[in-house]
Amino acid sequence: MTATMSTPRPPAGDAKAARKLSRRQGLFAPDLVKTALRQAVVMLRPDILWKNPVMFVVEVGTALSIVYTVVKAVDPASTAAPLGYLIALDVWLVLTLLFANFAEALAEARGKAQADTLRKTRQDTPARRLKLVATSDVPPGTLAAWSRTPQDLETVSSTRLATGELVIVEAGEVIPADGEVVEGVASVDESAITGESAPVVREAGGDRSGVTGGTRVLSDAILVRVTATAGKSFLDRMIALVEGAARQRTPNEIALQLVLAAFTLIFLIVTATLWPMALHAETYMAGYLGVGAVRSLGTDIPTLVALLVCLIPTTIGALLAAIGIAGMDRALRANIIAKSGKAVEVAGDVDTLLLDKTGTITLGNRQATRFVPLADVSAVEVGQLAALASASDQTPEGKSIVELYRRTPGAGGWAAPTASRFVAFTAQTRMSGVDLPDGRVIRKGAADAILKHTQAHGGTPPHLLKEQVDAVAGQGSTPLLVAEGNRIVGMVVLEDVLKPGIKERFDRLRKMGIRTVMVTGDNPLTARAIAAQAGVDDYIAEATPEAKLAYIRQEQQGGRLVAMMGDGTNDAPALAQADVGVAMNSGTQAAKEAGNMVDLDSDPTKLIEVVEVGKQLLMTRGALTTFSIANDVAKYFAIVPALFAGTLPWLKKLDFMHLTSPTSAIRSAVIFNAVVIPCLIPIALKGVTYRPVGADALLRRNLLIWGLGGVLVPFAGIKLIDLAVSVIPGV
Amino acid sequence: MWLLPAVIVGLSVLLSIPLGRYMARVLDRDGPRNAFERLIDTGPQTWQRYCFAMLGSNAVLFLFGYLVLATQPYHPAFLNPDGKGMLSPSTIFNTACSFLTNTNLQHYSGEVHLTYGSQIFGVLFKQMLTPAVGLAALLAVIRGLRGDQYLGNYNLDLWRGLVCVAVPLSLVVGAMLIVEGTPMTFQGNARVTTVEGAEQTISRGPVAAVVAIKQLGTNGGGFFGPNSAHPFENPSAVSNVVECVSIVLIPMACVVLFGTMLRNHAHATVIYSVMMAFLVGLIAWGIGTDSLTPNPALAGKPAVTDAGGKPYRVTTTDADGRSEAKDLTVPAVVGLPVDQSGSGNLEGQELRFGHSATPTWAALTTCTSNGSVNGMHDSLNPLAGLTPLTGMWLNCNFGGIGVGLINFLVYLVIAVFLAGLMVGRTPEYLGKKVEAREMKLAAVALLVHPILVLVPTGLFAALDWGTAATNNPGPHGFSEILYEFTSASANNGSGFEGLGDTFGFNDAAANPSTPATFAPHWDVATGLVMVLGRFIPIIAPIAFAASLAAKRPTPFTAGTLRTDTVTFGCVLVGTIVLLGALMFLPVAALGPIAEHLGPIPFGR
Repeated sequence: MTATMSTPRPPAGDAKAARKLSRRQGLFAPDLVKTALRQAVVMLRPDILWKNPVMFVVEVGTALSIVYTVVKAVDPASTAAPLGYLIALDVWLVLTLLFANFAEALAEARGKAQADTLRKTRQDTPARRLKLVATSDVPPGTLAAWSRTPQDLETVSSTRLATGELVIVEAGEVIPADGEVVEGVASVDESAITGESAPVVREAGGDRSGVTGGTRVLSDAILVRVTATAGKSFLDRMIALVEGAARQRTPNEIALQLVLAAFTLIFLIVTATLWPMALHAETYMAGYLGVGAVRSLGTDIPTLVALLVCLIPTTIGALLAAIGIAGMDRALRANIIAKSGKAVEVAGDVDTLLLDKTGTITLGNRQATRFVPLADVSAVEVGQLAALASASDQTPEGKSIVELYRRTPGAGGWAAPTASRFVAFTAQTRMSGVDLPDGRVIRKGAADAILKHTQAHGGTPPHLLKEQVDAVAGQGSTPLLVAEGNRIVGMVVLEDVLKPGIKERFDRLRKMGIRTVMVTGDNPLTARAIAAQAGVDDYIAEATPEAKLAYIRQEQQGGRLVAMMGDGTNDAPALAQADVGVAMNSGTQAAKEAGNMVDLDSDPTKLIEVVEVGKQLLMTRGALTTFSIANDVAKYFAIVPALFAGTLPWLKKLDFMHLTSPTSAIRSAVIFNAVVIPCLIPIALKGVTYRPVGADALLRRNLLIWGLGGVLVPFAGIKLIDLAVSVIPGV
Repeated sequence: MWLLPAVIVGLSVLLSIPLGRYMARVLDRDGPRNAFERLIDTGPQTWQRYCFAMLGSNAVLFLFGYLVLATQPYHPAFLNPDGKGMLSPSTIFNTACSFLTNTNLQHYSGEVHLTYGSQIFGVLFKQMLTPAVGLAALLAVIRGLRGDQYLGNYNLDLWRGLVCVAVPLSLVVGAMLIVEGTPMTFQGNARVTTVEGAEQTISRGPVAAVVAIKQLGTNGGGFFGPNSAHPFENPSAVSNVVECVSIVLIPMACVVLFGTMLRNHAHATVIYSVMMAFLVGLIAWGIGTDSLTPNPALAGKPAVTDAGGKPYRVTTTDADGRSEAKDLTVPAVVGLPVDQSGSGNLEGQELRFGHSATPTWAALTTCTSNGSVNGMHDSLNPLAGLTPLTGMWLNCNFGGIGVGLINFLVYLVIAVFLAGLMVGRTPEYLGKKVEAREMKLAAVALLVHPILVLVPTGLFAALDWGTAATNNPGPHGFSEILYEFTSASANNGSGFEGLGDTFGFNDAAANPSTPATFAPHWDVATGLVMVLGRFIPIIAPIAFAASLAAKRPTPFTAGTLRTDTVTFGCVLVGTIVLLGALMFLPVAALGPIAEHLGPIPFGR
């Protein structure tokens, strides 16, 4: 850290390294632990702790216990419990509090460590502001004009920039604030934000106009309209969120807190009413024995406090905040920034996923997959002609035809002779080709265009041509015809190529209970074929932004939660309408504002990860709550016999663990209760493993591990602690 | 041994299914169907108005009951042939609360203290009406869970519950009891000369009517003090089976009604099975620890020692404050020189119908908040006493009419919440998301019972109010206190007995036995517990259901928690066992378990 801090402005590479380091850092990285430990002590302050009702009860109980310990030290006759035992209880109660605080502080420290690396990119940078009066209407050529009139520019600190102002950023400079490119094209290094080293292109107009403050322009210059002022930028909000400063409790967290508070109240009643009941037992036993008095631990306040602390759900109470922070943190590690914890939580509930076809389900553009001869030629010959016709075609489709021919066995040369005349593809002709020096005219293009072309030159279409073309189109592929002169010789089939493994991912989603919907601009026929191939549940063909919005609304009417990903400004309404709207970082500012998450990698398959992070978050809460409550059974069997050992010693038969002594039993239960918190910190931070196996199987699995495990583990744990403690002399 | 419970449970299951379907048909009708229904119908009600109507009618019912009991000396002669006098105010308060809340805790002895007028208008009338109140509450809850905009009309629900369910069934059961020999007369007590030539007064009255509805309506308040242990209330083996089936019939049918109204029989089957598992388990525990285990005081018991065979040591303090470690020597109890293997515990049991009759009845009556008895729960073996106590602690395994299932839903919501999280979704129940507001309401409903049981038990155990009222010292005395408040809070009404809680006539001298010193304390405390334990756990779930009704349904997907599977059944069992144990394990240890493990006799 110090090494990077000493350089005034760390190069992007360093920031990236720091970031990677923070990602690789183990859960208990020493510097994080040190910060967390310090914070854990600070958080003992009642005004901080009272926000967590469970731990606040522990704190009040601990204070009470310490008071009674002091009384015991002054007046040894005040209670039957030995002083050493009381002091040990106090120590472990305080440790319980510290462990709980530590869990939360560690989660926060991890968030802060990430925030720090992010913050390094958000320094004061000089910004060159354009002194235009009306900045809303920028005439074209402003960017070119600035160099001629440098007096129109003033250099200010990035912190003084206001929304709507225009700044110019040249190669090598850092973009001073979040904004939108108004003019120009530039390649931008966004590695500081995304961790991705390859530069990205940002240009005015279109869906790649958004730039982020703190990223660096590598080439060219752009004119940027500022969309967020200092302190409110995307990065600032992100830092605030990961630091937990802006953390609000999510609806589910509030509901769970209520349940935990109810449990706490129940146990408060159980424990408080034990005191008079134990007194009753003391009275009648004294009568039975004919002595003055019999004392049991059941009327000893620190012991009852210990019982209370063991029973109330301290484990989940201590880890609840950490689970929430860790959820955000996990999302961030997947390079997704959620604008609120609620968004991550909602993602777990998503029922319908809207996915763009291109880039998500299929690889970029359509690719040539087959050459089909239609005349008395071989497929290889069709391929050669098609490749010749595409030799100068720089479109992805054209390149893919050349590529396919090159890979065809028995392929010859496809380089057109030097004197050839290339005919480029235009929207009017919808075909391209080459006129060879030997007079051959080769064309390839859309079926109707080639048909018209050959007919114009006196050719007749081959038998069954229409049927063959329709058959290919019917499968969702695009047929291109290849003609030599006026004779149609063959067909090139262009197909969408599914991304590898995409079908499995959809299966996985289906097992999670999520419907996948493919969104495409293709016609319904093509869309249906690809949908069937990829295994999505539904599709929206010829999708317009309105159609998307309508689809989302219709799904929501049916009570489903919808997630979608988008980048363009015209996606913004749909992103805002969706329950989980993930905007790509490369997208427009409007899209980023509308969504409730931003994907820094602009990777459309991210939605799946987002859903998993959300589910994991909820599962971790459920699992640890169940574990925490199930633990109480063993604690009862340890503590109840111990409480009444002084009055009803035969209750010892309930002590299946055969603990050494009553005080040791209670102490062991308290120690177990305390140490289980740090032991579960890794689970709280990493999350319970989610497997897409369907709700019932998942429930069975979690019940066995956390429910049944929660009942059994403390029996073993308390026994082991009892054995360990009993060998320490004098305790 | 096992035939009797098998017959009873089997018959109940067979009858409950058609009854539940019939109830769904007649109770779940939209709008009034005849002139009288048109007269009482006040239109569809929101949950607030429904609860308001319910509380209003109950307030009127309370005043009416109080007035009837408070005017006992002025009842016309044919309703008061024996000229019974004024009851003490605390007895009136307690009795009015007790019958208002479908509890039927009796701090009096019917044949001694009540006139026929009080029996009919103060007791029987409310015994008919209060099950219909519970049923109405359940109907409101189901309609909310179903997603109805309004929860129905309280007046219509109450009326239909009364005339379509309570009245016809009691006529059938009453007729069967009369056939078996239960008296049904308005003549005063019979005076007869016994074989030995002595003069004896035999109490009688409109017994069959009271017994029929007390069994069917999860009421439990018998005509006679000894309840169905009195031969007039339960004259024969047939009447014993009829009465046992009557206890559990309508509560079982309520679950069928639930499934039919929600059109979700699979889910109702899971609930029914879970309840049945607890019921059968508690019957088996009762029979195992009582009918199959001889009374340790008679059969003998080894000395109480620790695992090493040495006496336990306790530290005592004498009057001067000097502490001394004392051996707690508890010698072995020598049993009677009779082979008792196979006889089980015989004390306080209904032995005419096979000796599993009392434990079976004990389990049925406490699982369902009925509270009638055909034996003395006080005389059950210590561990067998856990059967009635557990039945009332959980108070949801079939439970009181309507309210039992409502109580079960509270546990279910907690289970759904935890299990729902564990499948990685915001918890949902019947397609509606369960969020903070719902959990708050469920938590309120859940908290009432442990508070109402444990707080007064602690208070009375530490004070003379409790210790001076118990017949027995030590853990058994504690059980008596615990049982009383458990019974009151669960609206059960059965008594462990052995507790001095009867005041009776206001003129202390008019009572056949002196009024108990702390009877007014018990009257007031249990009266309040019964009222709070009745209405809070009804209102909170109605609000809960209404809150769910207002939500948009979520479609069912592969990721949704299923509530109609064996797995979910296990989750329910686990949740109920865990929550029940966490709330009541310490008191179970202090009462029945400490008594079972401890010395006999305990001495005073």
